[in-house]
Amino acid sequence: MADPMRIRAQASGDKATVRVLMSHEMESGQRKDANGKIIPAWFIQEVTALHNEKIVMTAEWGPAVAKNPFLQFSVKAAKAGDKITLLWKDNRGDTRKDEATVT
Amino acid sequence: MQTRRETLKHSAVVAGLLASTGLFPQFAHAAFNKAAFDAKTVQDALKAMGPATLAESKDVTITGPDIAENGAVVPLGANTTLPNVKQLLILVEKNPSVLVAMFNMSDSIDTAVSTRAKMGQSSDVYAVAITADGKAFFAKKEVKVTLGGCGG
Amino acid sequence: MKLLTALAALGGCLLALPALAQKTTSQGIDEYRAMLQDGNPAELFEAKGEDLWKQKRGPKNATLEKCDLGKGPGVVKGAFVELPRFFADTQKVQDLESRLLTCMASLQGFNADEIAKTPFGKGEQSNITALATWISAESKDMRFNLPQSHPSEKVFYEVGKRLFFQRAGSHDFSCASCHGEEGKRIRLQDLPLLTKNPGDGVGFAAWPAYRVSNGQMWGMQQRLNDCYRQQRFPYPGFASDATIALGVFLGVNAKGAASVAPAIKR
Repeated sequence: MADPMRIRAQASGDKATVRVLMSHEMESGQRKDANGKIIPAWFIQEVTALHNEKIVMTAEWGPAVAKNPFLQFSVKAAKAGDKITLLWKDNRGDTRKDEATVT
Repeated sequence: MQTRRETLKHSAVVAGLLASTGLFPQFAHAAFNKAAFDAKTVQDALKAMGPATLAESKDVTITGPDIAENGAVVPLGANTTLPNVKQLLILVEKNPSVLVAMFNMSDSIDTAVSTRAKMGQSSDVYAVAITADGKAFFAKKEVKVTLGGCGG
Repeated sequence: MKLLTALAALGGCLLALPALAQKTTSQGIDEYRAMLQDGNPAELFEAKGEDLWKQKRGPKNATLEKCDLGKGPGVVKGAFVELPRFFADTQKVQDLESRLLTCMASLQGFNADEIAKTPFGKGEQSNITALATWISAESKDMRFNLPQSHPSEKVFYEVGKRLFFQRAGSHDFSCASCHGEEGKRIRLQDLPLLTKNPGDGVGFAAWPAYRVSNGQMWGMQQRLNDCYRQQRFPYPGFASDATIALGVFLGVNAKGAASVAPAIKR
């Protein structure tokens, strides 16, 4: 299973700013190895964000998202103690799920 | 203890089918829009997403540095004050595949996202907001990319 | 125009007023760097390092929680800004990464020589980098205060100084070629002067760092390795006396500077 994400969710007013760091190579499929062969694309393709078990955002990513991706978004009607869950799935079918509590 | 699959099945916000993976809901389009991500121009990427029109709008903002020291990691943000926005997209015009990321909005989040993209060279970058009525609005800015020197 | 002149005279620096004044490239780069500070992928390595410290591993199936980094067994906070230093148990001056090697061997039973020969980024080397990242984070913003009380520490300072200025190799470079004068740069990279305190978060105070250009986490050992490669010298070897001596020279010169490790770099 992939390395854990770092999720920070900070409440401010009635919203929570969520910042996520994901551990992933995000290989673009454009690079060549020492023998001149293309290094196959390997990247997070689907991202889902949940707030207290409710899906609030999904995303589709291409290989142009940077390595060890960073993502930031704001959840409405969120307060300290709420749960934020992030899931990702890459083009090889690997997945990762992590949770954090809004502080 | 609930499995991940069960947890998501109980999530009721989005009316729609769970994708074949059992993990991700489907919004207005099929799971992973390959055509959009293979598109080589901004126009083609939008065509693959659906909208027939694309207009510049002061209500859409693209945030990013004027100059990126290294094209491997360029912070880019898309945000809009337009109502009824279904999707936010980030595109880099001169990348081999133009579409970097596509975010599906819901009423539960602000219509603002930030991420980091790889840029092959200096290029215009676009933030596009697609509204519920199928129209697309964009903002763009130029981001110069330079490779710094060795070390540091 | 009058207003702009007056404002410029006030600060003595260029005010980047959009549409009125051209932003300099240097300011643009500074803005880019500032944008990356929040959400430094080094945090992923920090988390890994913290786990590794507390995980039972190696032939002896033990954690690193009794490792003495200079302030007593298991004391991590503040240790980073006092390294390299002399250790009584090994009778050697050691930096962070060589000390981790000592602890991984003595507490966990790993083979130190094998790890020293392992390339950076592979196997246990990547674990050492993760551990170093976390340990440096535990001293973030603290000020460097390397001890210079033991005779060996003083000798290592002098050796480090000699190595810093030693010109050799095919290009006759020394560390001082790049880092021995104020105001030098290579293309867009400012080269800090390392013969004195270059300021908070600069030079010695900025490693371990995550390098965005290759998406890799680098500790000081790898940073020195790469400097030697750029000077066309063979690398003195992981955790060798030469690299530790250079660390003492740089660290003592940086006395009082605040550590920003783990940093984010180009």
